Amino acid sequence: MAVESLAGNVSETPATGQTVTLEVFRYRPEEETEPVYQAYEVPVHKDWVVLDALNHIKDHLDGTLSYRWSCRMGVCGSCGMMVNGDARLTCATFVESLLPGPIRVEPLENFPVVRDLVIEMTDFMEKLESVKPWIIRDEEKPLEDGEYLQTPAQLADFEQFSMCINCLLCYAACPVYGLEPGFTGPAVIALAQRYNLDSRDQGAGERNAVLDTDEGIWQCTLVGECSEVCPKDVDPAAAIQRYKVSSTLQWYRNLLMPWSSK
Amino acid sequence: MMKRTIEPFWWSLFGAGGTLAALFIPITLFINGLAIPLGWLAAPDYENVLQMARHPLARTYLFLLISLSFYHWAHRFRFTLYDGLQLKHLNLLIAVICYGGATVGTVAAAYTLINL
Ligand code: SF4
Ligand code: FES
Repeated sequence: MAVESLAGNVSETPATGQTVTLEVFRYRPEEETEPVYQAYEVPVHKDWVVLDALNHIKDHLDGTLSYRWSCRMGVCGSCGMMVNGDARLTCATFVESLLPGPIRVEPLENFPVVRDLVIEMTDFMEKLESVKPWIIRDEEKPLEDGEYLQTPAQLADFEQFSMCINCLLCYAACPVYGLEPGFTGPAVIALAQRYNLDSRDQGAGERNAVLDTDEGIWQCTLVGECSEVCPKDVDPAAAIQRYKVSSTLQWYRNLLMPWSSK
Repeated sequence: MMKRTIEPFWWSLFGAGGTLAALFIPITLFINGLAIPLGWLAAPDYENVLQMARHPLARTYLFLLISLSFYHWAHRFRFTLYDGLQLKHLNLLIAVICYGGATVGTVAAAYTLINL
């Protein structure tokens, strides 16, 4: 089993002799109506991250624990959880930084829980699709005309926003999303900007229809937590702020020169 | 196509008010609240200040500073009530009170400055 062998490798980092208690959020809909916390005593190994401790539980203490992970290196975005109340990638959060514990591990906030640490993310997937996160052209140029060239400066315009790994930490940290489930939310807006600001893209108008609305960018009150927790320095708050500026200019343009608007 | 939302308008007043207030209110406070009372600057007499404030540029400056600061407050306070106190069912009432309050303040400022 791949998981076994990887966990085996990981636990080969030397044990420090210490142990730490993980208080893990458990919810098994067929067994309990209310979530409960279950405590596990886990040995601390050098350089272990919280995900290693969870894998230790799963492999050695309690195989019924459910959670998502894949890459173990901050790339896939699937291991996001609340660690001691903060939205974190568990594969990038060192156990030693949280000693002596206990370490409380919970599913990402603001999302329905499917089971244990697994959240339901359909809402995010639908919102993401609604902003058409791909390059939109009015007309594709013929193949023989070659590639769409881009200067380094044009790349720099959107590159930061393309680093998003859909980990949803920003949604778990955003108080507005917690209060207003209809809010499009940080990562989706950042990803829309990733295409809006791409010199090859012509789809900003279509995305505005979804985003330049009360439930789009205008529900954001610039709390800024999204950018605080983002593990990839996407800075979604800046993406939203930039969007507000361009939408406001557009709004005044439409007001002053109604004939020029499409 | 007209935009479906008026938020850009409120937000632009909010942004302009925040920028102006952050920049000029500390200066104004410093001059009037510290430098003059502490004697770092000679206190101008009342007539001089009045003359200065009557200058069209001064009136415009004071009007923008006061009015936009009000709208900055209104926008922030609206969301404080709306999100912070969870009063979203009173959305319209809150908006009317906040922006209405700022408008009253703006009119009062205009009235005062015109009759200076
Ligand atoms: S913007 Fe950052 S925190 Fe939000 S989903 Fe993308 S990578 Fe995660
Ligand atoms: S396991 Fe892939 S980001 Fe943590």
